[in-house]
Amino acid sequence: MSEQKPAAGGGRASMKKELPEKFRDYRHVWVFIEMERGVVHPVSFELLGEGRKLADRLGVELAGVVLGAPGEEVQHAAKESFAYGADLVYMVEHPTLADYRNEPYSKALTDLVNTHKPEILLLGATTLGRDLAGSVATTLLTGLTADCTELNVDDDKSLAATRPTFGGSLLCTIYTLNYRPQMATVRPRVMRMPERVEGREGRIVSFAPDLDEANIITKILRFLPDRDSNKVNLAFADVVVAGGMGLQNAENFQLVRNLAATLGAEYGCSRPLVQKGWVTSDRQIGQTGKTIRPKLYIAAGISGAIQHRVGVEGADLIVAINTDKNAPIFDFAHIGIVTDAMRFLPALTEAFRKRLSPHSKDRLAG
Amino acid sequence: MHIVVCIKQVPDSAQIRVHPVTNTIMRQGVPTIINPYDLFSLEEALRLRDKFGGEVTVLTMGPPMASESLRKALTIGADRGVLLTDRFFAGSDTLATSFALAQAIRRIGEDFGAPDIVFAGKQTIDGDTAQVGPGVAKRLGLLQLTYVSAIADFDLNDKSITIERRSEGGVQLLKTKLPCLVTMLEGSNVVRRGRIEDALRAARADIITWSAKDAGIEDVTKCGLRGSPTVVKRVFAPPPRAEKAALIDTNAHKAAGEMADALIEAMFAHTESLEGDLEKLAAGF
Repeated sequence: MSEQKPAAGGGRASMKKELPEKFRDYRHVWVFIEMERGVVHPVSFELLGEGRKLADRLGVELAGVVLGAPGEEVQHAAKESFAYGADLVYMVEHPTLADYRNEPYSKALTDLVNTHKPEILLLGATTLGRDLAGSVATTLLTGLTADCTELNVDDDKSLAATRPTFGGSLLCTIYTLNYRPQMATVRPRVMRMPERVEGREGRIVSFAPDLDEANIITKILRFLPDRDSNKVNLAFADVVVAGGMGLQNAENFQLVRNLAATLGAEYGCSRPLVQKGWVTSDRQIGQTGKTIRPKLYIAAGISGAIQHRVGVEGADLIVAINTDKNAPIFDFAHIGIVTDAMRFLPALTEAFRKRLSPHSKDRLAG
Repeated sequence: MHIVVCIKQVPDSAQIRVHPVTNTIMRQGVPTIINPYDLFSLEEALRLRDKFGGEVTVLTMGPPMASESLRKALTIGADRGVLLTDRFFAGSDTLATSFALAQAIRRIGEDFGAPDIVFAGKQTIDGDTAQVGPGVAKRLGLLQLTYVSAIADFDLNDKSITIERRSEGGVQLLKTKLPCLVTMLEGSNVVRRGRIEDALRAARADIITWSAKDAGIEDVTKCGLRGSPTVVKRVFAPPPRAEKAALIDTNAHKAAGEMADALIEAMFAHTESLEGDLEKLAAGF
C-alpha cells in the first residue's frame, strides 16, 4: 500500500494549508554529502547543483552536510561542496563516523536536523543514501520522496518532487505540506553535474555529535573492495547499446554485446531481461537500474516504458530500433528505424565496423 | 527462533500497459505476484529456520485479496500468514505503512513470540522506494542491515549475526546483535519451489486476518492517507518530446546493409562530433 493514490481533496490532516507553528522556523536547503572511504560520491555534487536552484528560488542558503572522521578527508569534502555551490557546510566530525553505519549516521543527522532545522534535505538514492534517508525520515516523522527525477519549488514555496509511479508508467508530483524537513532522494546521474568553481568559498559550522563507540552495536569487521575488473562503467559511458524484449531470447542478446564491442561501448538492457535472468542486474538501465548520460544511446527492441525513459533521457542522441512504429520509444528517441532488431543489429555492427576501422580511411582516428 | 518476513502483493509490472490513446494505466487483467525482491528475503528466512529451527511468519498489508500472496508464501515453505487489512490503511505512504507493519509485528510478537529477525524486501517493484524496511526497523528499534548479499555467520546463543552488505565500491562485513531487520539483495540466493507437503498445507491453512484494531492500533490517524505526510497532487503521463523521432525510410533502403548505412549517416548528420568521438572510442582511446 505504499503506492499512493492522488489526494481526493479536503479532510485529511496533511492537506491543511497552514504549516504548523513548530515548523515555521525551518529554513534553508541542505544536501547530504555522501562519502565512502574518503571519496565524495558524485551524486552529492549533482544534488548541490539542484539544491542551488531551489535555494535561489526560495531566497535561502544552500548547505552541504559532511559527516566523517576528523581529518583531511572531511575538510576536502567541505572545500569541494563550496566549489559546487554550497554557501556553508555543517561539519560533523567523530571517529564513529569513519565508515558508514546506520546507527551513528542516522543519529548524527537526525540531531543536526533538529538543531539547525532545514526546510529541504536532499540525499543521493544510493545504497548509503537510501539506508540513511529511510531511518532519518521515520525518526523525524516527515515525508520522504524516493528517486525523484525533477525537483521544483512552487509559488507557495513548497517542494514539488516528481518521480515515476505505477511501476514506472506515469509520473507523479509529491508534496510534504505540513511536515519539515521536506526530504527527497535522487539517483546518481539523473541531475546534471554543475560547474565546479575553483576557489569558491563558504563558511563551516561545526556540530559536535552525541556519539560513543561503546554505545554502537554494529561493528564493521572488514571492507572487501570490488575488483576493478568487475566494475561496470555503464553510468559514465560515452556510448551505450541496450537490448530489450524485442530480442526474444537470451542468446540474441549477444547481438547487443557485439555492437557494443565494435563501438567500444558499454552494453545494457531493459528491466524484463533482468527479471528473466538473461542479463545481470548491474546492466539494467532505467528507474530501478542505472541512469545513463551518454553521447550516444542505441536502444534495440526496447519499447520505452517511462521507467526506462527516465533512465536514458539525459543522452545527447537516442537511436531506437523497434518493429512497432507506435512504441513509446519513438516519442523520445531522436532517430528511429522501424525494423526487427534481431536482423538489423548484425548489419549495423558490420556497417560500423567498416566505417570506424582506422584502415578503411586515409586519415587516422584522433 | 521466530522470523517475520514482510511481503507485498504487487501488480506484475512487466505486464502493465499504458493505453496508447488515453495514456491511462490498463489495470484490468494484470496478474499480481509477490514482490520479487521479497522472495530473496523469504528464502533466506526459510534457510535460517531449516538450519536453526523455529518458525517463519509472513506478514502483508493490503486488500483482502492480498491473502493470495500469503498463501503462495506458505506453499514456498513459510509456517504462518498474517494479513493486515482495513480501510483505514488505504492510501498509506511509506511512513504510514511502516507504522502499521511495526504495530502488526509487535502484535505477532505477543501472540507467537518476539521475532529474532524481521526480513523485508530491498524495495518493491511498484513503489521502488526502499523506505519501508528501514522505517519498520526504526519504529521497532531494530538494528538495520540493508542490501545484504550473504549471511556469513549466525549465532543464536550469542544473539549475533554477521553479514555481507553491498556498499559503494565494495562489500562491508558487518556484525551486529539480534533482533535486527534484514533486506536481502536480489540474486543473493535461489528461491526454492516449495514441497508438495507445503502446497497441501498451504491450501488448507487459515490466513490470520487482522484489522487495525486487531493489530493493536488505537490511533488510526497514524494510518492510511491521514497518517501520510506526503501528498500526491498530480499524476500525469510525461509530455512527449516536441518532435517525434526522425524515422529512417525503410522503403528507400530495403537491404539491411543499406538501412544500416542510412542510419549511421543520419546519426552523424544529427551530431557532427559523433563520428570523431566514435572513431576514437572504437580505436580504444
